Amino acid sequence: MMNPENYLILAAILFVIGALGVMLRRNALIAFLCVELMLNACNLAFVAGSHITGTLDGQTTAFFVMVVAAAEVVVGLAIIVSIYKTRRSTSVDDANLLKL
Amino acid sequence: MILLETIAEPVAATGMFTWAWTMIAVPAVVAGLLLVAGKLSDAWGHLLATAAVFWSFAIAVCLFAEQLLAPATERAVSANLYTWFTVGQWDFQVGLLVDQLSILFAMLITGVGGLIHVYSIGYMSHDPRRRRFFAYLNLFIAAMLLLVLADNYLVLFVGWEGVGLASYLLISFWQHRPAAAAAGTKAFVMNRVGDLGMLMAISTMLAMFGSSKFTEVNAGAAGTEPMWATLIGLFLLLGACGKSAQVPLQAWLLDAMEGPTPVSALIHAATMVTAGVYLVVRSHALFEAAPIAQLAVVIVATVTLLAGAWIGTSQDDIKKVLAGSTMSQIGYMMLAAGIGPAGYAFAIFHLITHGFFKANMFLGAGSVMHGMNDDVNMRHYGGLSKAMKVTFLTFAMGYLAIIGFPFFSGYFSKDHIIEAAFADNTFIGICALIGAGITAFYMTRLMLMTFFGEERWLPGVHPHESPKVMTIPLIVLAVFSVGIGAVMNFWIQTWLEPALGIHAHELSLVPTPVGWMTMAVVALGVVAAWLVFGRSSIPVVAPATNNPVTLAGRNVLFGDQVNDFLFVTPAVALASAVDTTDAKGIDTAVDGLGRAFLGLSTQLRRLQTGYARSYALTMVVGVLLVGAVLILNLVG
Amino acid sequence: MNTLLLPLVTGAEVTFWVVAPLTILGALGLVLSKRAVYAALSVAVTMVGLAALYASLDAPFLAMVQIIVYTGAVLMMFLFVLMMVGIITPDSTVESLKGQRVMAILGGIGILAFLFFAIGGSLYNEPATVTAANEQFGGNVEGLANLMFGRYVFVFELSAALLIVAAVGAMLLAHNERVRERKGQPELAADRMYAYKTKGEHPGSLPNSGVYAGSNAIGVGALLPDGTVSEKSISQTLALRGATIDPAPLTQVTGSTFAAIEAVRDEDED
Repeated sequence: MMNPENYLILAAILFVIGALGVMLRRNALIAFLCVELMLNACNLAFVAGSHITGTLDGQTTAFFVMVVAAAEVVVGLAIIVSIYKTRRSTSVDDANLLKL
Repeated sequence: MILLETIAEPVAATGMFTWAWTMIAVPAVVAGLLLVAGKLSDAWGHLLATAAVFWSFAIAVCLFAEQLLAPATERAVSANLYTWFTVGQWDFQVGLLVDQLSILFAMLITGVGGLIHVYSIGYMSHDPRRRRFFAYLNLFIAAMLLLVLADNYLVLFVGWEGVGLASYLLISFWQHRPAAAAAGTKAFVMNRVGDLGMLMAISTMLAMFGSSKFTEVNAGAAGTEPMWATLIGLFLLLGACGKSAQVPLQAWLLDAMEGPTPVSALIHAATMVTAGVYLVVRSHALFEAAPIAQLAVVIVATVTLLAGAWIGTSQDDIKKVLAGSTMSQIGYMMLAAGIGPAGYAFAIFHLITHGFFKANMFLGAGSVMHGMNDDVNMRHYGGLSKAMKVTFLTFAMGYLAIIGFPFFSGYFSKDHIIEAAFADNTFIGICALIGAGITAFYMTRLMLMTFFGEERWLPGVHPHESPKVMTIPLIVLAVFSVGIGAVMNFWIQTWLEPALGIHAHELSLVPTPVGWMTMAVVALGVVAAWLVFGRSSIPVVAPATNNPVTLAGRNVLFGDQVNDFLFVTPAVALASAVDTTDAKGIDTAVDGLGRAFLGLSTQLRRLQTGYARSYALTMVVGVLLVGAVLILNLVG
Repeated sequence: MNTLLLPLVTGAEVTFWVVAPLTILGALGLVLSKRAVYAALSVAVTMVGLAALYASLDAPFLAMVQIIVYTGAVLMMFLFVLMMVGIITPDSTVESLKGQRVMAILGGIGILAFLFFAIGGSLYNEPATVTAANEQFGGNVEGLANLMFGRYVFVFELSAALLIVAAVGAMLLAHNERVRERKGQPELAADRMYAYKTKGEHPGSLPNSGVYAGSNAIGVGALLPDGTVSEKSISQTLALRGATIDPAPLTQVTGSTFAAIEAVRDEDED
């Protein structure tokens, strides 16, 4: 029987890669994809957890995460499009209204 | 000495006494009516106001008659009107106490006040704001009656403040004159100092006795610790000093002469300045329990007595001479009140006789001014005895009364005080005696400069006798100035005994050694004044002098300068120091704090790059820190 | 383990060791590729890999949902947006924020270490496996349905509401109100003439691509009389992408013909 820790380790690696992408990539679309990757990593951990505990609650949670992620993608992409319409750029560094 | 228990408890009001409240209410309502009705009441306002005072006088006389008929123990009557307010353990009632002391005051206030009203009808006839003047006069009378008729200190304080307000309104009645406006303000401010004392006294009483009712305070006074009794006594003395213009709060009195002359008469004779004496006499039980406070009263009174007389000798303004004289005479009353049971009756006695002869003289001075185109400088008078016969004769009665000419009213009342002073302390007695001599000196000077000698009238001045509406009050007052002393001499002590617990002196018409001495000193004063002012002509302009005594007198003993030096200058310096501290110190600190934070935040702002990626990194670092803490917890 | 139930998977362990490196590679491709399209495609690899892992973990329903929702819907949407936003220049590899790259990598390592630490000490027992739970209601889908419409029904309803709100919100964000009247041909013509008058802009249509005898492909610029390429004749996107065709060899034919004509004309004149 395989050690279920492997799934969790894989999830952690994917999560960290996603986090690195958010921090390093300037293209808003790529950064957004990286966020999706982090969510997927979490989903993997949930499903692995479900496998470990022998209950289906982890899988259910993963399903809800997917639903929320879908909603998030819809809104996030709309934001990116509307920013692109006004600024002609998808670089997160250009959207600097947070700066005084 | 005295047995406080002998003071009878006041009986409840019945019959006529249930009308006592109208004495206060009628003038107060009329005052309000005249002020509200405005010009509508111009035509009849003065008559209504005068009628209101005579109504109060009539009630007072009726009550007095009822008291005379009642047995001595049932003369004090208390009428509880309504509950003012209840706070915690304290229950404040508005009640009146009509006893032997307050009825005398009520009659004096309304009687003399009524005559002054009548006189004012003539005196103010040309003033466009006469109706307002009468409204204020009625307010004054109402407030003063509330002061003397109250059965507790708190209601008394309401009247006390009312008197202060009315005096302010009246002194600055001619508010278009800067001097009058300033004088009113000065009187008001100095009275506030005294009022502070009153408030402290009342608060202390409430703390000590749980009540401000006269009966309960008097009952509790004997058992109080001397320290507390002394404290209350000194506070009361401060209050009395403010209202009665005693040293050190005397400075407002001479300036108050800026008001119309009837106001001066009202303030000086019948109402305001007597409030202090009334207060000390009314609080006799407290002062009995506080010998130190009594001593303070005596000292203050003696100093004021001499200071007032001193001022009187060197003023040229006829009203200011009389004002100095008032200070001095009030000093006599306070002296008597401070001496203790031996003097209370004499204090009240002198207060009443003084009320008549001083009102007489003030109104006489007003009559003289009326004939002299409102000139108050005595150096512009002279020889008026022929021009204004009635005024001269009535004034002369007042003069003889105040210097203590035998069998005039002042002779009885003042001599008793001097005798009591000698009995108490020889030094005080000598001071009082000297005061009597100086009184004779300055009053003779006033008479000589005004009514005798050559005519020094300014061009265009044609002295004439005043109208009857002014002279008739003068005549009535003159009659009382002559006779009231003899009438009350043997009666006053027994009358007041149940109310004040005094022990009576044996009095006789034959002068005692002190009496002879007083007469001699008075004669000396008269002769000295005649020698100085009667024989030689008086310069129209006051001669320059280096005599410090004269200079001090002319400058009212430098009272204003002392006040300036002691209070005004330090207060101004303190205010500007506070202002500087505020502008330089506090503002700098506050602004500096702001600037410091501004600088700090300008530096901190650099942390906010505005780049979402930096913020993501910061979040990661934060997660790491939280994780580190968790791990350390696990490990530790 | 459940190889009998799901013939997709021959064995969980095999699946894991085959798929796990692929997912990591896909993830790395996402972070490292310069063009957004490549990034989107490489993340698709990761998603499908994850679906395979779900299946090996006895979660066939989630595996299907993963493929349908992520690779089917989410990634397609990303690609649509990429198309709308336009093919832009690849990301520069130069980091513009000072110290960001070093700090980010250090932070990533830190998080990884932290997660490893957390995972490392947590499991001591054999996994329970969800076989029993799946069997309880007759299958994985039935089991999940029991939970979703049972214990988590309220969450389910909320997520439905969330989806509606998200759809409406996206519409609001992406939609822009028409601020002024739509311009018809007369207005557009008037605008063009106005621009010509005030700014001297050419009122006519832009030159077509490839005014050459040799080629009229879209990537070939029009030649001006002096032989240079008119930039207006080439789409900006193509120019950015570097998809233009070098005109030099194409002009050669014209140039030589032109030279021959010139030579003949010179002779005639002589």
